[in-house]
Amino acid sequence: MALSRLSLNTSSSSLSRLLFRPSLLSASRLFSSSDVLTIETSVPFTAHQCDPPPRTVETTPKELLGFFRDMSVMRRMEIAADSLYKSKLIRGFCHLYDGQEAVAVGMEAAITRRDAIITAYRDHCIFLGRGGSLVEAFAELMGRQGGCSKGKGGSMHFYKKDSHFYGGHGIVGAQVPLGCGIALGQKYSKDGTVTFAMYGDGAANQGQLFEALNMSALLDLPVILVCENNHYGMGTAEWRAAKSPAYYKRGDYAPGLKVDGMDAFAVKQACKFAKEHALKNGPIILEMDTYRYHGHSMSDPGSTYRTRDEISGVRQERDPIERIRKLILSHELATASELKDIEKQARKEVDEAIAQAKENPMPDPSELFTNVYVKGFGVEAFGADRKEFKAVLP
Amino acid sequence: MAGALQAATAALLSSTPLKTYGSDRLRLGSAPRSLAGRKGSFLVVRSDAGFGSGSNARTRPGKLIPNAVATKPDASASSTSSKPGHELLLFEALREGLDEEMARDPRVCVMGEDVGHYGGSYKVTKGLADKYGDLRVLDTPIAENSFTGMGIGAAMTGLRPVVEGMNMGFLLLAFNQISNNCGMLHYTSGGQFTIPIVIRGPGGVGRQLGAEHSQRLESYFQSIPGLQMVACSTPYNAKGLMKAAIRSENPVVLFEHVLLYNLKERIPDEEYICCLEEAEMVRPGEHVTILTYSRMRYHVMQAAKTLVNKGYDPEVIDIRSLKPFDLYTIGNSIKKTHRVLIVEECMRTGGIGASLQSAIIKEFWDYLDAPIKCLSSQDVPTPYAGTLEDCTVVQPAEIVKAVEDLCK
Repeated sequence: MALSRLSLNTSSSSLSRLLFRPSLLSASRLFSSSDVLTIETSVPFTAHQCDPPPRTVETTPKELLGFFRDMSVMRRMEIAADSLYKSKLIRGFCHLYDGQEAVAVGMEAAITRRDAIITAYRDHCIFLGRGGSLVEAFAELMGRQGGCSKGKGGSMHFYKKDSHFYGGHGIVGAQVPLGCGIALGQKYSKDGTVTFAMYGDGAANQGQLFEALNMSALLDLPVILVCENNHYGMGTAEWRAAKSPAYYKRGDYAPGLKVDGMDAFAVKQACKFAKEHALKNGPIILEMDTYRYHGHSMSDPGSTYRTRDEISGVRQERDPIERIRKLILSHELATASELKDIEKQARKEVDEAIAQAKENPMPDPSELFTNVYVKGFGVEAFGADRKEFKAVLP
Repeated sequence: MAGALQAATAALLSSTPLKTYGSDRLRLGSAPRSLAGRKGSFLVVRSDAGFGSGSNARTRPGKLIPNAVATKPDASASSTSSKPGHELLLFEALREGLDEEMARDPRVCVMGEDVGHYGGSYKVTKGLADKYGDLRVLDTPIAENSFTGMGIGAAMTGLRPVVEGMNMGFLLLAFNQISNNCGMLHYTSGGQFTIPIVIRGPGGVGRQLGAEHSQRLESYFQSIPGLQMVACSTPYNAKGLMKAAIRSENPVVLFEHVLLYNLKERIPDEEYICCLEEAEMVRPGEHVTILTYSRMRYHVMQAAKTLVNKGYDPEVIDIRSLKPFDLYTIGNSIKKTHRVLIVEECMRTGGIGASLQSAIIKEFWDYLDAPIKCLSSQDVPTPYAGTLEDCTVVQPAEIVKAVEDLCK
């Protein structure tokens, strides 16, 4: 499972493994960890120009508990980032993903690490899902050299090349042509993998998206466009920004699927379906109907354009972690107190990662000039007081 | 991800050793007889010769002895048929460079409007789609923003795309992708992703093409960190720079000029590349350093003929590398001549000349005997009328006058 490797990277690795195992191995369980459970998604899929996949999803207790654990860690990380921002350890822009965790976790369950994911600036949890560690994430947020981009990227520029996570982009919509280009590279190399190019309901109105979709459809590129529709483009509600808020239909000739983005199993099913489709027939659009509890970013309270009742209503009825908790409890895979323990463990991991990240030093001043160019033809970038007159030639 | 490709690439790369003609030949310092060893005659065509875009008419050969100081009849003045190397036009040189790189490395691909079946609007990619297929020489719809973005995304996975803008001015639509994604991704990812992309296309003032098709984008791109910019001016350096740009791991923008595509020159048969960060010594001299690039090189050389007749000895350097500047070659020249004239086609405000001027003042102030003169295009949209268009760009007569003023 994607995030269970997280525990190996943090300092409390052995402890978390001890806490994790007993809940699966105790005698009073009705299911063993290899049993298959059948779960129905919350709502059926709505399809455009294709046949929707079935509502019933197969899963295992291990996967269920894995979902719960991963989403708890993600939720804790985002809440911790909130308080770090307020205590001015994180500066600039910080876009939080809490409420949308089901999309990250469900997608990871359906694909491999060789498939590529590219997303916009709300990327902390996707990074975690791709195998990034909490320490790297917090160090990057605090601008330390142990961060995933050596502290030079920041909140909006998390990348993980070895897991094919292509970031982390600040300009709305610009990552979608990049994602189609990654799919072009995948088709060129014929390696049977797909790219998930994620964007939001705000970016869905960008022209470059349709340009890229046109080219991808012409070339049958294995790209899946995932619209994470949290219904607000910063402060503008979707009905004020889009004449047609049915984002899954906006592909016109490209098939689309509308998915309940707060249900991790619906996301998993849709992504599996989309991957098979994209490898055979080219691009497909997935619209994830999801919701963010925080505002657009830390400078946005999130309550000037929507009511607090709406936010708490969604939290009560559709919260992704609560859904998994209810599923686990109803199938009696763990007790409520064991789930509480998992959440406490997640909190502990996050706190330890923050402590470790705080110890991490700031980048060296010489790092200002590294990675501007690749040292191939020996170009060097100099500071304002250039001491040398020529570039180093090979 | 590109496992099979990497194996093939490794096999190809290990078999072809590389000669860098540029850095061996052109690191001149203050040696006056620098061009004697150079093969290939230097063909200069006057700026008023007819250059139809994509026309089949052969240009009138005008002979210029490169080294006006030495009046002995060089081997370069004799007949060309017995000389080694082969003669071709600039767009053919670009195509040859591209073809050789595509044959050498299967990851190199081309994308742009009408580059495939049509063969390229300036014939640079003619025949390549038949040879390498439609995926490697990709015809894109008219969507610069997204296909430049796709090229950058493909580069992130390990491909080496060459993105063609049919005219450099159209790439303004892709400015976000070029600035933010192309230039900055290597830095913001902490070195994880390299973007070995080449963005090329013709720019500059043509023959009455109108304001929107006569843009000079060097000035707009020059502050983008992480980008390298080069401008080619002869078939020799066009092929060399194209090959070097494709092999570079950095994103490179290669500026070509609409009016230079039909220049003819004899280039070596052997494989060579030109160093991306090096300037080219066109004509060594003693009295004044003239820095120029792209088409203005030819205006300068034409003015140089007049100047030589009047007794001046200008040193002409084609800076070639627009970002970063080759301050080594330029500095050595200034230390010798103490006078600088910059001749460029960019606008006066915020152009390459403006940046070069400030870099020279910063570094070489103590060596200057006169203020730097910078001749650039006027800060106006390029008019359609021929006479007005000629006034927008720098003409040889102005260059002559500027040198005379400098050397008073």
